[in-house]
Amino acid sequence: MADLSTRLGSLTLRNPFIGASGCFGYGVEYKDAVDLSTLGGVAVKGLFLQERQGHPPPRIVETPAGMLNAIGLQGIGVHRFVAEKLPELRQLGATTIVNVCGTTIDEYCEVSRVLSDHEGVAAIELNISCPNIKEGGIQFGCSLHGTHDVVSAVRKVTKLPLIPKLTPNVTDVASFARASEDAGADAVSLVNTFLAMAIDPETRTPKLSNGLGGLSGPAIRPIAVRMVWECHNAVKIPIIGMGGIATISDALEFFIAGASAVQVGTANFVDPFIWSKLIDGLDEYMTRHHIATVADLVGSLRVPSHNHA
Amino acid sequence: MLFDVAAEVTANTRLSPDYNVIALHAPEIARAAGPGQFVMVKPQAGLDPLLRRPFSIFERVMDAAGNPVGISLLNKRVGVGTRMLFAAKPGERVSVLGPLGKPFVPVDPPAEAWMVAGGVGLAPFATLDAALRTRGTPRRLFYGARSKSDLYYADIFERDGARLHLSTEDGTRGDHGRISEPLKRALDSAPKDARITIYACGPTPMMRAVAKLGEAAGHPVFVSLEPTMGCGMGGCYSCVIPVQKGSQRVFVRACLEGPVFESRAVAWDHLTGH
Repeated sequence: MADLSTRLGSLTLRNPFIGASGCFGYGVEYKDAVDLSTLGGVAVKGLFLQERQGHPPPRIVETPAGMLNAIGLQGIGVHRFVAEKLPELRQLGATTIVNVCGTTIDEYCEVSRVLSDHEGVAAIELNISCPNIKEGGIQFGCSLHGTHDVVSAVRKVTKLPLIPKLTPNVTDVASFARASEDAGADAVSLVNTFLAMAIDPETRTPKLSNGLGGLSGPAIRPIAVRMVWECHNAVKIPIIGMGGIATISDALEFFIAGASAVQVGTANFVDPFIWSKLIDGLDEYMTRHHIATVADLVGSLRVPSHNHA
Repeated sequence: MLFDVAAEVTANTRLSPDYNVIALHAPEIARAAGPGQFVMVKPQAGLDPLLRRPFSIFERVMDAAGNPVGISLLNKRVGVGTRMLFAAKPGERVSVLGPLGKPFVPVDPPAEAWMVAGGVGLAPFATLDAALRTRGTPRRLFYGARSKSDLYYADIFERDGARLHLSTEDGTRGDHGRISEPLKRALDSAPKDARITIYACGPTPMMRAVAKLGEAAGHPVFVSLEPTMGCGMGGCYSCVIPVQKGSQRVFVRACLEGPVFESRAVAWDHLTGH
């Protein structure tokens, strides 16, 4: 078997496949489908300090080759998470990446502090990109100063690897990757969902209770690949790519564009047994192409000289 | 246990221009399935439809020796996926993930079990009826539909020993109107000390009406709710149901904590999007 391990700063993952935050519950929900210790990582659902109930249903609607969601970050809060979920994740051998939310910089810091005090958290993914709630998150993720401020503030309170999750709902996502790098991030993850809308013509009402939602799934993949490529050319820190990955071929596009690891979300809804297929598929590809390490694959895009990307 | 089966279609029976029962070879799921559990179904690979859809396990299909070899689904042709299930031919394969969700808890005699179904809401009751029959629990089926030709399988429940109370919106069989009427009459005429557990599945207003009647008569009511689901595994948080926990109203995932809920726990005024 090829060496599938990959590095995100000081963190080494056993392979580059991570369950995407918001699509994988708290990880433990999937323990009957997949041995969590065989995954590169488990990015758990976003956590605020307090519990949140989220938006009323309908919360999802299927769209061509994709889905819209507006869950509204329902969650149990960081204190219940460390008490009720983290011990089981540790016991299952999961590499747990905790998605951290906040309505203020202080809240991001406080949640990160609580997590830093507990064994079993491998990294913090800073959610500055959820399109579905009014306060917090996106107000930091759509402003370069906001991104810099929240990342530097959290940087001061935790030694855990820090991974801002970027929104694609900006003109130049690479500048947000740079702002994150300048503020001390260890890696960036992208993309969160694309702000979108679906309407029922018969009732002339939005199909989601929240009106707007975030688009995910294969429909967004080529845009996400492009954004990973742009960030790869802009920063030195590692990138976690995501957006519509459903097969190993999809994942390889992200690695070749510059992602050191990938998250899989919507496809896990369809096939919770997808993980071994991705791991075996990467092993087969690397063996066939005589690629020794994942790092050799990352950013290995061949651009013909007459056609600068 | 959880199984993902590329299940071969063994039979596909048309009940009407819109309804069919599709039988699938899935012995692992059939063996593990409890009454009222569901499966997540994807009729074919590809991106349309992208997501699986939840279906109650309608029947457990047995071989000649009585061993479970498959399941059937009661399907109504509505969208892309249900049209595929309507048209599927024996030999084709359908991806089925399950069994999922908390099953009905069947009551034991001398308590009686009253099942109340509206239309395609009959789906979870064939497995419940079988479990109750094994226990010797007296059963009634209250079953309402648009018209007499939509009262599928009513006679099979009767043959298997359930007492039938039927209603149709056009009055072609049973009571003319809603199923809550014959249910109310039966509750009114039941002995004061009768121990009755009510199980309901159907349109939300019907289940709410049944819950009100049953609760007023002092009987426990269990409803099988069918919200939109993304994954069926607890991953996406899209299938939430508002429930009352003490003084708090909270959203819980129907795929994990349901689809069967005690009616008193459901915050009916806040149940939207179904």
